[in-house]
Amino acid sequence: MTTPALKLDNIAKIFGGLRAIDGVSFEVAPRQIFGLIGPNGAGKTTAFNCISGVYTPEQGTISFFGQSIAGRPPSQIAALGIARTFQNIRLFGDMTVLENVMVAGHATISFGPLAAMFRLRKQAEEQERLATRAYELLRIFELDSLAGEFSKSLPYGSQRKLEIARALMLNPKLLLLDEPAAGMNSREADSLKNQIRWLRDTFDLTIVLVEHNMQVVMNVCEQVHCVDHGQTIASGEPLHVQNHPAVRTAYLGADVDESTLRQS
Amino acid sequence: MIWTYRTAVSIALIAALFVINWALDAFVIEYVVRIILQCGINAILAVGLNLINGTTGQFSLGHAGFMAVGAYATAFAVIHLESGLGFSASNIPAPWMQGLLLSVGLLFGALFAGLAGLLVGAPSLRLRGDYLAIVTLGFAEIIRLIFTNTEALGGATGYSGGRPLGLPVYTNFFWVFLWAILLITLIGNFTFSSYGRALRAIREDEIATEALGINTTRMKVLASVISAAAVGVAGGLFAHLMGTIRPDDFKMDRSVAMIVMILIGGLGSVSGAIIGAIFVAVTLEAMRDIQQYRLLAYSLLLIGLMIARPQGLLGSRELRLPAFLRRKRGGAA
Repeated sequence: MTTPALKLDNIAKIFGGLRAIDGVSFEVAPRQIFGLIGPNGAGKTTAFNCISGVYTPEQGTISFFGQSIAGRPPSQIAALGIARTFQNIRLFGDMTVLENVMVAGHATISFGPLAAMFRLRKQAEEQERLATRAYELLRIFELDSLAGEFSKSLPYGSQRKLEIARALMLNPKLLLLDEPAAGMNSREADSLKNQIRWLRDTFDLTIVLVEHNMQVVMNVCEQVHCVDHGQTIASGEPLHVQNHPAVRTAYLGADVDESTLRQS
Repeated sequence: MIWTYRTAVSIALIAALFVINWALDAFVIEYVVRIILQCGINAILAVGLNLINGTTGQFSLGHAGFMAVGAYATAFAVIHLESGLGFSASNIPAPWMQGLLLSVGLLFGALFAGLAGLLVGAPSLRLRGDYLAIVTLGFAEIIRLIFTNTEALGGATGYSGGRPLGLPVYTNFFWVFLWAILLITLIGNFTFSSYGRALRAIREDEIATEALGINTTRMKVLASVISAAAVGVAGGLFAHLMGTIRPDDFKMDRSVAMIVMILIGGLGSVSGAIIGAIFVAVTLEAMRDIQQYRLLAYSLLLIGLMIARPQGLLGSRELRLPAFLRRKRGGAA
């Protein structure tokens, strides 16, 4: 058995009296496309924030290829190879499309602030390297013609693509996608399925996605994990999870039991 | 290749500064020269402050404090270097020696102001927006009160190195503009490098920046140190222009004046900061007759600007050299 790319073991995150996630565990195999689903407020994004270091879980361990990462600052976790996108797109609006991608390479530069101030040759070479790599990514996502535009002026779909391109600039091993299909119509969502598989194959990634669009999840994910009220209610192959009674209850509500109705 | 180009430009610049310095001495009245010097000092202040307030988007209201640290450290170093080297009222150093002494003093000023930037920035830059503004304002007041209560540095009456004639007046056109050009070039290079890009990303969205593997706190503190060091140099030049420094020279209105400069020029623009700095130096002089109403005039100016052109004169854009003067940059960006 190979080391899982990502392993959450009994994670809990508590906000005051609310246990946003409470004892969630799952494993993601390398190169797997893994879906994290659940109704609104179930704790999916909280789980994402724990993985990417925005939150420190109160309990449990998170390991990335066997390395413990819970409680580390986000910048360190990103540097280890975990990149993410955000539910509400977070681009750098007043910077150009090219700059948005180039920023993500900053952690890899090999010159200090003094070299930057005196504009030593090394910094020109590094600048060149970042720009070349960023252009490559923009070309892949067909955004290269927009490289000089401010990212805030891009249409919604292009902004989503740009956010993914920016995340890939980190050369991640694991990509966390927070609701990639949000705001897409059914045709766009359809092509998204292929894009996610293509991303995995092209960049040799493990992908974890939080998603509400069940069509996308059931079609593209190899493993699905369903949470509700911070707790795991089902886990396994998409079909298994889809037909799981607890999942149906969580999404659609329990069948009304007439005896309880009469009592109240 | 790159070094020969730079050497040529540097030599040409120094020669030009030298000639202008001589011409100003010979032909221009001192009143006008002082305004020009004030423009240069303001330019350093504005470009320094712009790095943290404009580029990084972390609103500091306390840069007068760093200016004070730079002024006192420079003056202290110059006074002690002089007496250490055996100079006195009857044995005045040669002009080139004066400039050298001043420059060594300014290095001390930059060092101590940078240190102050580190000490103030490290705890306070974890805060955002209004909170950061209040805390930096508080730190500036603390710095001012420390100087007010340090008898060795003259206390409330100010520091003149124990000399009846005050601090030696070594600041002249040559040294002000040599330092201004040096600092503006260094900060400009920094702003347009990968570091500056990361700072702008912090201004746009700190959480996203952190998620890209950039330690945002460290970047902000770095920007704060560089910014404070530059402002400290301006403080040192100011000290040796005025001949005496008092804690009251570095009150909140000084910080406000700096902020006005970068707001007028356009937050985040290096060339805008320079334009704003010159604008403020000149208008301040024009308003000399209404001294006590200056702050009021500033406010009116700001209100007017916010209505007419909220993004400042240049916005976040840069003025660029004409193409034939520009050197080709490596890379596409």
